[in-house]
Amino acid sequence: MARRVPIQTRIGFTALAWVIALLLFSPILWTLLTAFKTEAEAIAAPPTFLPQNFTLENFGAVQDRSDYFKHALNSIIVSFGSTLIGLAIAIPAAWSMAFAPTKRTKDILMWMLSTKMMPAVGVLIPIYLIFRDLRLLDTLHGLTIIMTLINLPIIVWMLYTYFKEIPVDILEAARMDGAELWNEIIHVLVPMAIPGIASTLLLNVILAWNEAFWTITLTSGRAGTLTAFISSFSSPQGLFLAKLSAASLLAIAPILLLGWFSQKQLVRGLTFGAVK
Amino acid sequence: MATKQTRTLARAMMAPAVLVLLIWMAVPLAMTLWFSFQNYSLINPMMTGFAGWANYAYVIGDPSFTQALVNTLLLVGGVLLITVVGGTFLALLLDQPIWGQGILRILVISPFFVMPPVAALIWKNGFMHPGYGMLGHLWKFFGLQPVDWFNQFPLFSVIVIVAWQWLPFATLILLTALQSLSEEQREASEMDGANALNRFRYIILPHMARAITIVILIQTIFLLGIFAEIRVTTGGGPGYASTNIAFLVFRTGILSNDIGAGSAGGVVAVIIANIVAIFLMRAVGKNLDA
Repeated sequence: MARRVPIQTRIGFTALAWVIALLLFSPILWTLLTAFKTEAEAIAAPPTFLPQNFTLENFGAVQDRSDYFKHALNSIIVSFGSTLIGLAIAIPAAWSMAFAPTKRTKDILMWMLSTKMMPAVGVLIPIYLIFRDLRLLDTLHGLTIIMTLINLPIIVWMLYTYFKEIPVDILEAARMDGAELWNEIIHVLVPMAIPGIASTLLLNVILAWNEAFWTITLTSGRAGTLTAFISSFSSPQGLFLAKLSAASLLAIAPILLLGWFSQKQLVRGLTFGAVK
Repeated sequence: MATKQTRTLARAMMAPAVLVLLIWMAVPLAMTLWFSFQNYSLINPMMTGFAGWANYAYVIGDPSFTQALVNTLLLVGGVLLITVVGGTFLALLLDQPIWGQGILRILVISPFFVMPPVAALIWKNGFMHPGYGMLGHLWKFFGLQPVDWFNQFPLFSVIVIVAWQWLPFATLILLTALQSLSEEQREASEMDGANALNRFRYIILPHMARAITIVILIQTIFLLGIFAEIRVTTGGGPGYASTNIAFLVFRTGILSNDIGAGSAGGVVAVIIANIVAIFLMRAVGKNLDA
C-alpha cells in the first residue's frame, strides 16, 4: 500500500529507519563479530570491526568449559516437552471453550490470564522446598512441569483465539453425518486447527527457551538449560569477551531463527489475541 | 444446540487445564502465606513456631525493602516510558513507505528473542565495560573518561538493558495496530487537510490507544518480575542499589535461607502485583472493553 510521497521524504525516512534499526541490532551484530575474534583482538583499543584473525577456537573453548551441547539438549527437552504437554492439556480445554461456551467461559479465561499476573517470587520458596523434598531440584522433569504450568494460560488463550475462527457450521455438518465427538475432533477440527496449533507451539517454545527465572533458580549442573549455561559466564575470568560472545551466539542463534519466522504469531500470542 | 451429554464432555475436557492451574495457583500461594507467619530458617533449624507479624515487620522495616520498592517502580516506570514512547515513534517510522521494510522489521524485533541473561551479559561486557566495552571506546574517542556503568549507575544500566529487550515488543505490537488503520481513514483525513500532527493526535493515537494499553499491561506483568538481568550483572548491588522486590525475595529466601522472611516478601510482591493489576485494569478498562 504505497502512499505517494516525495522521493526526498522517502529517502530521509529510509535512512533514519536504517540507522535506528542498526543501532538496536548492534549488540547482536557485535556479539556475532566478536565471537570469531581472538581474545586479544576482542579487547583491542581501538576496536576492530571485522575479525582480523578469523578463528573458531572460541566455540571449542566454550564447549570444553561449559558443555554447550548438554545444556542445549536440556533446553530442547524442556521447551519442547513443556509445550507438548501443555498442548495436550490445553487443546481439549480450548476446544470446549470455543465450541461449547457457557456463561462462565469468559470468567474462566480471565482467571487463567490472571494466573500469569502472579509474580513468580510469590511462589518461589514453596516450590523450591517442594522440589527439594521431592528431589525434583535440578531435574529435567521437574523443570518441565513448572514450564508447562507457567505457559499453560498462554497456550489455552492462543488456541482459543484460533479455534474461535473455525466456522462452527462445519462441525454441525460433521455432527449431522453422525460423527462421534472424538472423531469430530480428530478428523474435522484438528486439520483446520493445525496452523493455529503450530503457531502456538512455536511461540511457546520460544518463551520456554528464554525463560530465565525458574531455569536459573531450580537448576544447577545436571539439568541446567542454556540460560543457566550463559549465567555461568557472569563472573569474568581473565580474557573472556570473545568466549562470552561465542557462548551468547550459541545460546541465542537457534531461537533467533525461529523467532524471525514467527513474528506475526508473536503479536497475537503475547497479547492474548487482543491485537492481530 | 449442545446436548447435555456434550456439555458434560465439554466440562470434562476443560477440567485438566482448570485443575492444574488451580493447584498451581492455590497450593504454593497458601504455603507462602503459611511460611510468612512462621519462624523458619534453613540455617537455624531450632527456630520454629508461629512468628505472628514478625517476618513482615522484619522485611518491611528493613531499609532494603523501601529501596527495593522504589527500584521496582523506577525499573517498571522507566522501561515503560522508554518502550512506549520509543515504540510509538519506531512504529510510525516503520509504517512509512521505506525501502527494506522486511529486513528492518527483523533487525528491530531481534532483541526480543535474546534470552535475558545473554542480553544482560553482552551489554555488561561488550558495551558497558569501562575498559573494553563499545561505549568505553566511544567515550575515549571523544576524549572523555569512560563510565563504569554498573558501579556508578547500576539501576539505570539495568533499565537500559531491559528497555532494549522490550522496545521490539512494543514496536511490533504498535506497528501491527497501526497497519490495521484503514487506508480510507488516512486518505480521508489527508483530503480534509489535516496536518501531520493533527492526524497523529486525532486519528492515529486514538486508534492505537487499545494497543498501547495492552503493551503497558503485558509489559508491567513481566517487568515486575525482572530477575535474570539483575542476577547476572550487578547481583542486586552495589549494596541494594539495583535490587528490586523480586530479587530481594530471592536474596532473603534462597540466598540467606530465611524462609519465613522470604515468604513475607513474596506475599508483599503478590500484593503489589495485584494492586498494580487492579489499578491498571481500572485505568485502562474502557480501552479493553472497546
